[in-house]
Amino acid sequence: MKPRAVGVPVLQIAIHAVAFAIAGYALAQIVRGGSVVNFAIWFVGAAVLHDLLLFPFYSLLDRLGVRTRRDGAVNQVPVTNYLRVPALMSGLLLLVYFPLILGLSDHQYYLASGHHPHGYARNWIAITAVLFAGSGLLYAIRVLRAKS
Amino acid sequence: METPHRLAKPPPGPFRPEFWRSPLRGPWLTSFLGTLLLPLIVIVAVTGLISDGAYDPGLGLNSPFDRYGAFDVAIHLPASSPAWLYAVTQGLHVTVGLVAIPFLLAKLWSVIPRLFAWPPARDLTHLIERASLLLLVGGSLFEFATGVLNIQVFYPWHFNFVREHYYGAWVFIAALTAHVLLKLPTVVHAYRERGFLRPLRDDLHHTAPEPADSRGGLVAAAPAPPTISRRGLLGLVGGAAGVLLVVNLGESVGGPLRRIALLAPRGHALGSGANDFEVNKSALASGVIARARDPRWTLTVRGGRTVRLDRAALLRLPQHTHELPISCVEGWSTSQRWTGVRLADLADLVAAPAHASMHAASFQRGGAFRQATFTAAQVRDPRSLLALRVNGADLSLDHGYPARLILPAVPGVHCTKWIGSLTFLRE
Repeated sequence: MKPRAVGVPVLQIAIHAVAFAIAGYALAQIVRGGSVVNFAIWFVGAAVLHDLLLFPFYSLLDRLGVRTRRDGAVNQVPVTNYLRVPALMSGLLLLVYFPLILGLSDHQYYLASGHHPHGYARNWIAITAVLFAGSGLLYAIRVLRAKS
Repeated sequence: METPHRLAKPPPGPFRPEFWRSPLRGPWLTSFLGTLLLPLIVIVAVTGLISDGAYDPGLGLNSPFDRYGAFDVAIHLPASSPAWLYAVTQGLHVTVGLVAIPFLLAKLWSVIPRLFAWPPARDLTHLIERASLLLLVGGSLFEFATGVLNIQVFYPWHFNFVREHYYGAWVFIAALTAHVLLKLPTVVHAYRERGFLRPLRDDLHHTAPEPADSRGGLVAAAPAPPTISRRGLLGLVGGAAGVLLVVNLGESVGGPLRRIALLAPRGHALGSGANDFEVNKSALASGVIARARDPRWTLTVRGGRTVRLDRAALLRLPQHTHELPISCVEGWSTSQRWTGVRLADLADLVAAPAHASMHAASFQRGGAFRQATFTAAQVRDPRSLLALRVNGADLSLDHGYPARLILPAVPGVHCTKWIGSLTFLRE
């Protein structure tokens, strides 16, 4: 038996009413600021991009990866997570730092800082290589341990 | 409750419960991820409000956007704060924000089957809850996305970032507070039933689905065999947070950490000269190069009377040296030794009253931060300088030559560069 979220629906409605009032006030300020369409595209777009693009994309990759590696095990040590973990970490870094890695804001960055944003793609590739190498090393240790 | 017949059978795909296969999803996992995420969000929200307060939006033209309502709940740092305080709070805002991202993504992953709940709304209460969840999910992703892009100087939008990030935060905070209050019983129940940490003891072979929750809809109806344990998943999330911490922290903390801040937007080592440290807006971009080099430059100081001082006259006034950070709202900071004239001495020079606030204007023609207004307490702080030199050398053009402001615990952009005039205001 799962408890009801809040015993009294009145309390539930009251909490929602306060939340909608504050959020509505903030949204009204954005409307007054005059860029409501662009804001709405970003606000809803961020959720849509995550829920209907990013999530299916990484889930599908993960599922395909798990499927093809189902029998990928040496000495009973499954290889799945030793590839999954560095791949997801590297993917997350790309997701967060893609403007610098892909050089999308080079000009703005130069105007702000007075120098060009060099080396981000190289650094991301290097970090990715280190993550996979470290994971491979851990895997090798576990395989050797399982053998002995 | 009667469900209309045509909605009884969900359409194929993610709307069917058997579509969701992960054996890890369930109320305990979501509760645990939420418990880890919440304190991070609180830190980011509080430091965000501190940053808003540090701009003193009520003074002069300091607010970067029009505030129509009386909705100013900015948190103000106390006067005579340690010089590094804003560097710490803003460093936390950006760094903890980055570190929270893997927790946020994992939290969203753990509840995504609910997005495809069928029927889309069971009743009015459910519809209201789903609307508030749109504000919660949209608000969180909007805040994180705009913040992450802003620190990389990437602006693929047409709105005022500061205003939208500020009011977007209120949408997020309101929806999150309601969410926490409404889900608290579910969280308590999950911990009572499963234990707070007990599910973390299970290795992969002992990882089993949580008991079915008929109304929650998180536990898979037809779970696949596990490929990772719950502690493995949390290790992945925590490890990813650790990687983000390591590659970014150096731009806020400096020292040897700067060398491993491999992806920090401002993590570069810039050389060893007196002026080799980060700049927020270059002299080139600000269009000030010709006027900054003009030897006829004078500073106008207005108060009880008006005086004009050239650089030589300023250098003849008593010089003071303080180590103070430039702390950017983007999260990076850099501490340097600044030498120049105390603002308090300049106030006395023009017979300004002790309670006078000060308006500083750059001779820069455009740009949002070519001016700033400061409280009397900030002006009279002995560490507040009109800096002429840094680390024993003249300021470079990029760092504000011929003269710039440097004050303790203020946002970097308020340390106005290429100063043209200082005006002490009676009120």
